[in-house]
Amino acid sequence: MSTMAVPDIAVAPVETGFWTRDRKVGALLLALGLLAAGLFGSLATGEQARFTLSEDAAGAALEINGTVGAILFGIIGAAAGAALLAGVPKRWFTLLLGVGILGFVLSFLCWQVSAAPAGQNFMPLVNIVRGTFFLALPLIFGALAGVLCERSGVVNVAIEGQLLMGAFSGALFGSITGNVWVGLVAAAIGGAFISLLLAVFAIRYLVDQVVIGVVLNLLAVGVTGFLYERLMQTDAQKYNSAPRFGSWDIPLLKDIPVLGPALFRGNIFLYLGLLLVLVIHIALFRTRWGLRTRSVGEHPTAADTLGVRVLAVRYRNVLLAGVVAGIGGASYTLALYSFTKNMIGGKGFIALAALIFGRWSPTGALLAALFFGFADQLATYLGAIGSSIPSQFLAMLPYLATILAVAGLVGRVRAPAADGKPYIKG
Amino acid sequence: MTTNPPAGSPDKEPATEAQAEQNAVGNADQATAPTATARKPDEAEARPSLGRTFLENLWAANTVTVTVLALVLAMAIGAILIIVSDPEVLATYGYITARPADALNASWSVVSEAYANLFKGAVFDPQAFSDWLNGEAGWQAVLGPLSETLTYTAPLAFTGLSVALAFRGGLFNIGAQGQAIIGVVLAALAGFLLPLPPVLHLLVAVLAGAVGGALWGFIPGILKARTGAHEVINTIMLNYVAIYFLSWIIVQSWVQNADRADAISRAVDSSAQLPRLLGSGLRVHAGILLAVLATWFVAWLLNRSTFGFELRAVGANPDAARTAGISVTRTYVLIMVIAGALAGLGGANMVLGSTADALTPQVVAQIGFDGILVALLGRVKPWGVLLAALLFGALQAGGNRMQSYSGISLELVTVLQALIVIFIAAPALVKAIFRLRAARAARLQTSLAKGW
Repeated sequence: MSTMAVPDIAVAPVETGFWTRDRKVGALLLALGLLAAGLFGSLATGEQARFTLSEDAAGAALEINGTVGAILFGIIGAAAGAALLAGVPKRWFTLLLGVGILGFVLSFLCWQVSAAPAGQNFMPLVNIVRGTFFLALPLIFGALAGVLCERSGVVNVAIEGQLLMGAFSGALFGSITGNVWVGLVAAAIGGAFISLLLAVFAIRYLVDQVVIGVVLNLLAVGVTGFLYERLMQTDAQKYNSAPRFGSWDIPLLKDIPVLGPALFRGNIFLYLGLLLVLVIHIALFRTRWGLRTRSVGEHPTAADTLGVRVLAVRYRNVLLAGVVAGIGGASYTLALYSFTKNMIGGKGFIALAALIFGRWSPTGALLAALFFGFADQLATYLGAIGSSIPSQFLAMLPYLATILAVAGLVGRVRAPAADGKPYIKG
Repeated sequence: MTTNPPAGSPDKEPATEAQAEQNAVGNADQATAPTATARKPDEAEARPSLGRTFLENLWAANTVTVTVLALVLAMAIGAILIIVSDPEVLATYGYITARPADALNASWSVVSEAYANLFKGAVFDPQAFSDWLNGEAGWQAVLGPLSETLTYTAPLAFTGLSVALAFRGGLFNIGAQGQAIIGVVLAALAGFLLPLPPVLHLLVAVLAGAVGGALWGFIPGILKARTGAHEVINTIMLNYVAIYFLSWIIVQSWVQNADRADAISRAVDSSAQLPRLLGSGLRVHAGILLAVLATWFVAWLLNRSTFGFELRAVGANPDAARTAGISVTRTYVLIMVIAGALAGLGGANMVLGSTADALTPQVVAQIGFDGILVALLGRVKPWGVLLAALLFGALQAGGNRMQSYSGISLELVTVLQALIVIFIAAPALVKAIFRLRAARAARLQTSLAKGW
């Protein structure tokens, strides 16, 4: 990107001349594709790389010779990059970008799967898809919480804290009452509690929203960690043995190959998360509430002039965000694990990345969360087949992708105009 | 806002504390004594009603009063948490209407014991002092708590300065954690890979830490300057990249401790370790001197140098600064590089000092995030940051004793720290709770960074 002499201005550069954004991305994809074809192709073995449609090596599978696959998909990726570089109409950008990235990933997979130890040259797609959604789930909830908050103009860095508090109070009250639904409600309230603090300090006391978000995360870590050590560790039976939601099979849909076992034999949180994406998407772009939310986030003064109660909308949205994130936290403690200290472990920040990567839209956030979930799952899988790629570098992928996205390399990222700016009437 | 506190009211206690702290501040460093202490001698001769003016000032919403009251509020909430999380004490509340004394006594004893241990672990333990007088224990035991406090203070001062410096330039450096991690990695690598003579080895290792942090600060700086990418997002992301990098490099064969199966690196050579100041029995090491030096440097940089002027101009209004001929791009990059170097030094402290001598996944603990709190508590002024780091170091050191003696989890310290900063960040809230008068010309708003 150093080819562009940006004047001494700290704003996104205006693209002019030959090197438009499309061309730069094209050049990048072309280079990656050629690298894949050359490097991955030469490293791949002649073994068949099998992508099975089941949970193990058996059953129907898509298979291709490792070397052939690595070179073929690399060339496909490079071709997409070349097309972008040559200059194609704008509307093709997303498609070609997708093809380019997919080609690179598939080439990489062909190499990895074919180079795995003998007998392990297969990739069970059911597990991969299921794992992707599983790992993406907290990110989906967290990113949706971010969407609700930031679309109304309040920066939500406290997603981590909201998830953590939700997980904690879900576990605590679920255990005390022995009722999983009480736990769910408690989790929602726990998340909303952190949200309430965020709202009061950001909206009422005009504290910098990023600052208060960071501090609230630490507060949530401290409070839950403290109560965990004092209560849950001393009497786990009483305070940390919440009942769990079982998995609900959906008839008919569960028999779809690959997607069925992965998606429609999940627990309530999976369905709820996907449903929420849809609901929030429709609500945000098709309802009066959504219009008000967006107007408050983009131009609060104008919204106020038209009679929208700016602060009330913000309070409501921030609290809703807490409810959503709290339920997301409960997807840990009311379905999978018992509570442990700092169990969210940075997922809230990846959710923030997913929110930004998904350009502050619910569907974008979903896709970004799935991408991050996939990277995560891939790291696990490659670790299991003894890959030569260190899993830590794969784990860095979501963060690096977000940095690239924010730097404007993969599409323009623009926050709601009034995001983070407190509104003072008058 | 309203009247003065009546004599003998409960308000009096925080007031005297505030006074004590103000005096302490004034003695420690003239530059930080903002109001009352500095003006005191002149006013003593000028006005007869000095005492009254002084008291009025004490109860105004000035920096020191708000800080002390924030501390009091945080400790009150901490006390509630201690009581609520103690089943035995909580049980006495079941019959509070019948025997209120039980509940109050139980609460008081558990809370006072916890906070007494916090104080003894951080500042001074009377028991150790009397043992020393009786000749039963050495002087080390008396200075032990202070030594611990200073040990924890040093890295926090560095990361706090890092965050504060960036703040003054209008950048929010959440990445002090990542910068400290890269700093600790390079410092440790230099510490056990390079065969150098003693003094030089230490210098090289410390420098390596600074370079590592600077590198990690440079990335968001240049991205901000060239593409406008928000540094908050990028520094958060780079924190995680750094964490994974650390966990990767520890298990490499040329780094990992050959005798251990778990993730721990080789130990830093003794020639690269910061010397201990009070003998091997006490943990305080030269890192604290470096921290004071760094504070002085940052204070000079901000207030006396050309770059500091440019930095503050850019922080106040980048557009105006650009119009005035200041290169905003260059300033942003330099700010982040220096901030990164400071955080990297903080990281280097963790492995070259006495906290640890080898890399582990947790080697830098939370110093980067705590640095944010320290910077805010120190009102983003260099000497203020040092004092804030001292307070946080004391809480950390005291927290250790509280955990082992009273069984109160160390996490309470995190809670206290976060609460203090929340109250600091919202002075209007503290002002309303305690009905403070509005201070004359006091700037209490800590709001500095902007939205995305």
